[in-house]
Amino acid sequence: MARIGVFVCHCGENIGRTVDCEAVANACGELPGVVHAVDYKYMCSDPGQNLIKEAIAEKNLTGVVVAACSPHMHEKTFRKATEGAGLNPYLCEMTNIREQCSWIHEDRDAATAKAIDLTRFISEKIKRNSPLAPISISLERRALVIGGGISGLQAALDMADGGREVVLVEKQPSIGGHMSRLSETFPTLDCSQCILTPRMVEVHQHPRIKLLTYSEIESVDGYIGNFSVKIRKKARGVDETRCNGCGECQSVCPMKKIPSEFDAGLGNRTAIYVPFPQAVPNIPVIDRENCLRIKGMQKKKAKAACGRCAEACGRDAIDFEQEDTFVTEKVGAIVVATGYQLYSIGKEQTRKGITGYGEYGYGTVPDVIDGMQFERIASASGPSGGEIVRPSDGKVPKRVVFLQCIGSREPSKGIEYCSKLCCMYVAKHTMLYRHKVHDGEAIVFYMDIRAGGKGYDEFVRRAIEEDGAKYIRGRVSSIQREGEKVRLTGFDTLSGEQMEIDADMVVLATAMQAQPGIESLAQKLSVSYDGHGFINEAHPKLRPVDTNTAGVFVAGACQAPRDIPDSVAMASATASKVLGMFSKERLEREPTVAGVDKVTCSGCFHCERACPYGAVERYEVLNRSGEVEKVIAEVNEGVCQGCGSCQVACPSKSIELEGFTDAQIFAAINAL
Amino acid sequence: MSIPESAAPATLAGEVRRKTGLNPATCYQCGKCSAGCPMAVETSLRPHDVLRMLQFDDREQLLSSESIWLCLTCETCTARCPNSCDPARIIDCLRETALNEGAAQPPRNIRAFHNAFLKQIQRSGRLFEMGLIMSYKMRSGALFADVMAAPGMLGRGKLALAPSRIQGLEEIRRIFDACTRHESDSTSTTTAQQNPGTEGAENA
Amino acid sequence: MKIGYFPGCSLHATAREYAESLGVITGPLDVEINEIDDWACCGATSAHATNHLLGVALPARTLALAAEQGHEQILAPCAACYSRLAAARRAVDNDPATGAAVEKAIGRSVGTARPISLVRLLAELAPKVREKAKRPLEDIKVACYYGCLLVRPPELNDLDDVEAPTMMETVVKATGAKPVSWNRRLDCCGGGFSLSRTSSVVRLSRTILEDARGAGADVLVVACPMCHSNLDFRQKAIARRSEGGMDIPVIYLSQLVGLALGQDHVALGLGRHFVSTASFISRIPGPREGESAAATEVG
Repeated sequence: MARIGVFVCHCGENIGRTVDCEAVANACGELPGVVHAVDYKYMCSDPGQNLIKEAIAEKNLTGVVVAACSPHMHEKTFRKATEGAGLNPYLCEMTNIREQCSWIHEDRDAATAKAIDLTRFISEKIKRNSPLAPISISLERRALVIGGGISGLQAALDMADGGREVVLVEKQPSIGGHMSRLSETFPTLDCSQCILTPRMVEVHQHPRIKLLTYSEIESVDGYIGNFSVKIRKKARGVDETRCNGCGECQSVCPMKKIPSEFDAGLGNRTAIYVPFPQAVPNIPVIDRENCLRIKGMQKKKAKAACGRCAEACGRDAIDFEQEDTFVTEKVGAIVVATGYQLYSIGKEQTRKGITGYGEYGYGTVPDVIDGMQFERIASASGPSGGEIVRPSDGKVPKRVVFLQCIGSREPSKGIEYCSKLCCMYVAKHTMLYRHKVHDGEAIVFYMDIRAGGKGYDEFVRRAIEEDGAKYIRGRVSSIQREGEKVRLTGFDTLSGEQMEIDADMVVLATAMQAQPGIESLAQKLSVSYDGHGFINEAHPKLRPVDTNTAGVFVAGACQAPRDIPDSVAMASATASKVLGMFSKERLEREPTVAGVDKVTCSGCFHCERACPYGAVERYEVLNRSGEVEKVIAEVNEGVCQGCGSCQVACPSKSIELEGFTDAQIFAAINAL
Repeated sequence: MSIPESAAPATLAGEVRRKTGLNPATCYQCGKCSAGCPMAVETSLRPHDVLRMLQFDDREQLLSSESIWLCLTCETCTARCPNSCDPARIIDCLRETALNEGAAQPPRNIRAFHNAFLKQIQRSGRLFEMGLIMSYKMRSGALFADVMAAPGMLGRGKLALAPSRIQGLEEIRRIFDACTRHESDSTSTTTAQQNPGTEGAENA
Repeated sequence: MKIGYFPGCSLHATAREYAESLGVITGPLDVEINEIDDWACCGATSAHATNHLLGVALPARTLALAAEQGHEQILAPCAACYSRLAAARRAVDNDPATGAAVEKAIGRSVGTARPISLVRLLAELAPKVREKAKRPLEDIKVACYYGCLLVRPPELNDLDDVEAPTMMETVVKATGAKPVSWNRRLDCCGGGFSLSRTSSVVRLSRTILEDARGAGADVLVVACPMCHSNLDFRQKAIARRSEGGMDIPVIYLSQLVGLALGQDHVALGLGRHFVSTASFISRIPGPREGESAAATEVG
């Protein structure tokens, strides 16, 4: 015989304002099987929980119904309390009389009647609940990190230092990401490479980090604790086991005028190249689009073209015939740290719905460059050796104008969000420029200065007060070539003046965008992303580094525009999440998963097609002589997310979700 | 949660929003419109000022401002506005509202031009440029400006001496009447005095 | 190719050379243009600056007539007329309330005819222009002037790009002439203020002409009668306030195409401009050997 206890929460005024909680408790006390019903101001408080514990002990309850907020808020709290009183936690259920009742209604009588109905609904269901025990699943205690920028490096190092093996996959030939291209970093002006390259080396030398550069994720199977990831190692054209990084091949390559991606097109590289001197690993890659030999092979020319690098290589490491290879790694957790791309100012766009700035003449007016190009110009490792010169004629620009919010906060070009760090890097650029060109003039057009962060606003003020950057609040309408100068037509909204400025160089502070192709990776991982391609976190405040797929975490600028400190903090947070998960031998998970009745299942596999997670597997039923009698469905409890799609699809009612059986649901519905 | 439209006070910005679907509150005052405005050096209100005054419901000053009549509708502001505020369309709407409320203070010349132009169309369906120029001069008082140009125009065969009338003239007049009525219906306070459509109709 | 033709008021008067040159080039380019019967003025700036519905209804009537007369496309050589027709098309297509008000006002169904500007039409015909060009214009440097209404507002843009259009340059290259690179090709000339606020027009048109001159242009090419009048007719007044004078012929794109096709300059209306085109024309060699210019009677 069921002995149900009903506990009605006022949630302060949240419920009590619209719902007569005392009336709900009184009405529920009369329901069949209910032996105890009370209301209380805050059921989630210690005294509130004690009411539940005491009632379980005194009234010998077989089920607990808490009429309060959403189960997303406090189901755990009340199930813990129930367990504490010696009752199976799955014999406690919540009914939501806040979000689904008091918050959305105004009529007190009707809302009270509805709260009673909702509570009766669950108290009928709970009579048919059975005790459940958490499921234990195996756990591969190794992690995969996707992306070798500062976020990925930090996550990999933290997890490896925590004692776990890490596989780090980077699609470029070298790790280091965008940070390796920066000159100096705000707000301290440390040299970016000086603080980054030790990390890169550490990753390379770490005994527990397996580094796969020039590689991409091909497919992801499995579930939390048991992922199986297929990785494509793109053909480098160079045998990594033989190459010693001497660089002879680069010096003999005849293709010397290929714009360098690392130098944002300002410098050149060869067809076989190491992207930058401190690259890790220091092994060259052959650019198949530009290598004469490979192009000749593709055209099936009889006579082998070029091949000078192979002749020059003393270790026989060059392999033009090399093909992509695949490796499969078993891991228990995945950290996504794929970073960002910069908004493209011109016509060419990689994302739909985004347009460029024809009015700013980027690509047609000389000496109009973007922020990353300025980083390379200002960088000691850059094409000008750190001397500030303009690209068109190599002269030192005496007046440089910086424009903020290029692409950012510009819905008419397709991006409405603020990229967050441009205000800071522009202030940094003005400082770097003024430190190197003392008689130069730095002018900034801005809309707002967003410099929240430790030492950030002070940094911007320093650029203005100490380094003499001139800030103009307004935007520029157009940029045109005027002789050797670049002419800007702008507006100073503070003085109310239209202004025409002739500059020697213009730097456009471009927005941060999600990486191209991030959607296909996200789909492989079953994680969701927003309209701009940024990976969605599980909860914007309370679960900022989890994704909606258990075991997959997110760090850095692939989640939203992030600067270095934010990215590093997020990366360490993911590492701490993963290490926490790996601190146990096996994983425990909620037992609300589907199960198959082996006797009645006919093996039609409607459930398999209905399952969005691929949790339904095929199970062979053998007869006594070991022959296959029939093939039926079986649910992989690790993969099942408890959505119930299979239960609806099954024609013979052979598959049911624990905690949500047909008997429970129908009993609840019949109570209404 | 946004405020339902019924609860919004009757502001000029609200009126503009009803008529154009554009929300003046979207302007974040970056000044890009005024940076590219070819008339900014001549007007006391620049496009971003107009949006600012709309946001603060400075109705009287806006509707009686000469500046809204100095907009060339070159649409540079609209093409480059980062937040798609469409200042050119909003200024159009303000001019219309000013006319309907009788608050308009267009410079005599510009008002004279618009009136003369529309009257021409109402009379013959097409523009008779010679007639337009004469009529404009009478209305603007700029009797001798460009007088020397007429012989040059005539000599080059660029001016017709008699207006050409279209067949569907009655239809054109009906269109003028219908549009004038439509405007009056959609405006709360209407003084039709300065409405060029009405004026033309009286004279026709 | 057969299309409807909406000359608008200017092409019957101040811009008659635009109409003349168009009449001369359509034949060689295999285009048949049929003037819309009983068209009325589009209302230009005056209508839409004072009564929004009137600014849509007047051009919508022309769209309706075009459809009734069996045209899918209407060529509107005047940029202002094109803009008003396109605005009406868009308003009727995108806003059912306006569409209903317009049809009520004009007492006709608007139909589905779409306007096309002369620049787009010629850009699409550029291969044919190149093929039929009889006269080398190689030494002619041309400043292509788009002005406002062909490209703005963005949603009515008939060309390839709002901020960096290339269609006029495509046509100019097809004639063999050289488009120069210059800054003011999208700036406003002062448009409809020609009569009512001449001082603004002079100021704005001056910067345009000076920039074209600075870029080394021999001739300025336009596709809008209003721009033409401001830059050509007002040029003398502008020159008075400009250092070093001003003497840049301003011609229509159709006239340049006509020259390349070997048509007679009188037939193309090149004698009707205020700034003499004589010195510019004298620099163009005659048609290539064996071919003669098709002289057309001047109307």
